[in-house]
Amino acid sequence: MLIQKMLHSAGMLTLSALLGGGLVAFSFEVTDQQIQANQRAALLRGLNEILPAERYDNDLFTDLSYVQNQTLLGTEKPVIVYRARKAGHPVAAILTPSAPDGYNGEIRLLVGINYQGQLEGVRIVSHQETPGLGDWIELRRSKWILNFKDRSLQNPLSNQWLVKRDGGIFDQFTGATITPRAVVKAVKNSLLFFQSYRDQIFK
Amino acid sequence: MTYSSIIYQGLWKSNANLVQLLGLCPLLAVTGTAINGLGLGIATLLTVLTSNFIISLTRNLIPQEVRLPIFVLIIASIVTAVEMFIKAYYYDLYLILGIFIPLIVTNCFVIGRAEAFASKHRVDYALLDGLMMGLGSTLVLVLLGGFRELVGYGTLFSQAELLFGAAAQNLTFIVIEDYRGFLLAILPPGAFIGLGLLVALKNWLDHKLAKTAQFSLSSQIEGHEQFS
Ligand SMILES: Cc1cc2nc3c(=O)[nH]c(=O)nc-3n(C[C@H](O)[C@H](O)[C@H](O)COP(=O)(O)O)c2cc1C
Repeated sequence: MLIQKMLHSAGMLTLSALLGGGLVAFSFEVTDQQIQANQRAALLRGLNEILPAERYDNDLFTDLSYVQNQTLLGTEKPVIVYRARKAGHPVAAILTPSAPDGYNGEIRLLVGINYQGQLEGVRIVSHQETPGLGDWIELRRSKWILNFKDRSLQNPLSNQWLVKRDGGIFDQFTGATITPRAVVKAVKNSLLFFQSYRDQIFK
Repeated sequence: MTYSSIIYQGLWKSNANLVQLLGLCPLLAVTGTAINGLGLGIATLLTVLTSNFIISLTRNLIPQEVRLPIFVLIIASIVTAVEMFIKAYYYDLYLILGIFIPLIVTNCFVIGRAEAFASKHRVDYALLDGLMMGLGSTLVLVLLGGFRELVGYGTLFSQAELLFGAAAQNLTFIVIEDYRGFLLAILPPGAFIGLGLLVALKNWLDHKLAKTAQFSLSSQIEGHEQFS
């Protein structure tokens, strides 16, 4: 009697596990390709915002390499570098460094730098800064991040690569200096990294 | 059991978020804007509707002793499937709701409906219950999101394109021009305060309704006395 009851319960549990697994497997089958396409499209959209598609003719997703430099790229993990080329000549690199010293955890960035060492653009990939205070770094909240375009290590000079409060040229936000300070520092470090390793990156 | 009593229970009397106060974690976390609230509301609605349907259909097959693990299995599978479909067809919304969709699994209101209602009632009742409970929850999410968005950012329905496509881009109302933002409403305390206000509003309405009902009842009785 007891055994029978146990078997019945176990059988029903197994059956529901099978059905649930089936539902998940079916959904995966139906959606997997679309999801992968979405992820790529979203990434490519981000990359093309920094570097318009007509500026290069190679496939960024295959022409990439990994670099590692905790001091300049903000993380001990390998960091992806997308390499844009046109007719085989290097055009720009898009780095994916982190700013480790945000108000709340790391801020992940896309930093596009052309071969001459000028910024093509910067975008925020992810962050956990306080909404309403730190999230002005996002393009959908303010244009602050666009201020980096065309800048380089000569513009402004190295000792000006700071927020205004620290004596530099970049705006901070009212009541939130930590977030923009972290981003400015990370962008400057990316430029320094590019300056030192440009030729290895495009090898 | 009537259809109208199920509708009344789901939307008002036992509203999941205002009366039972279930599923507060996602409620408080994603209601920064009306559209985010609507997105999570729809995902929750789909989940509770499907789970009520399946559980009511199989209610006579599920052994009493193992019903809870079975409910959990069913709900977890549905949520995983819902997450994949949102990721496939509403990717931008997924990027915002991301981690809160799996949390629907632990939203006790879904398993609450399975246990308290779907496992004891006919399929049509269970479906209606899921729909109404889900709608009741969605309404609260949208109201709370709208309130926080209005007070916090001074807009309404911003980023509607996440749900309704590019055509909805100009659905955004900028209610207050050049608004500097009111941080408290956007941060988690704002969610608690907003929800508290909504609960208070509902209780106040209930109180008022009860009073008018009582009044008309007592005047009826008085009328009877006069006649007799
Ligand atoms: C709840 C809370 C959240 C905060 N979030 C941020 C943030 O995300 N980014 C930021 O830079 N500062 C944030 N701050 C402010 C910092 O603590 C700090 O006061 C400010 O960045 C310093 O700016 P100031 O040097 O201009 O006064 C936050 C403060 C509080 C109380």
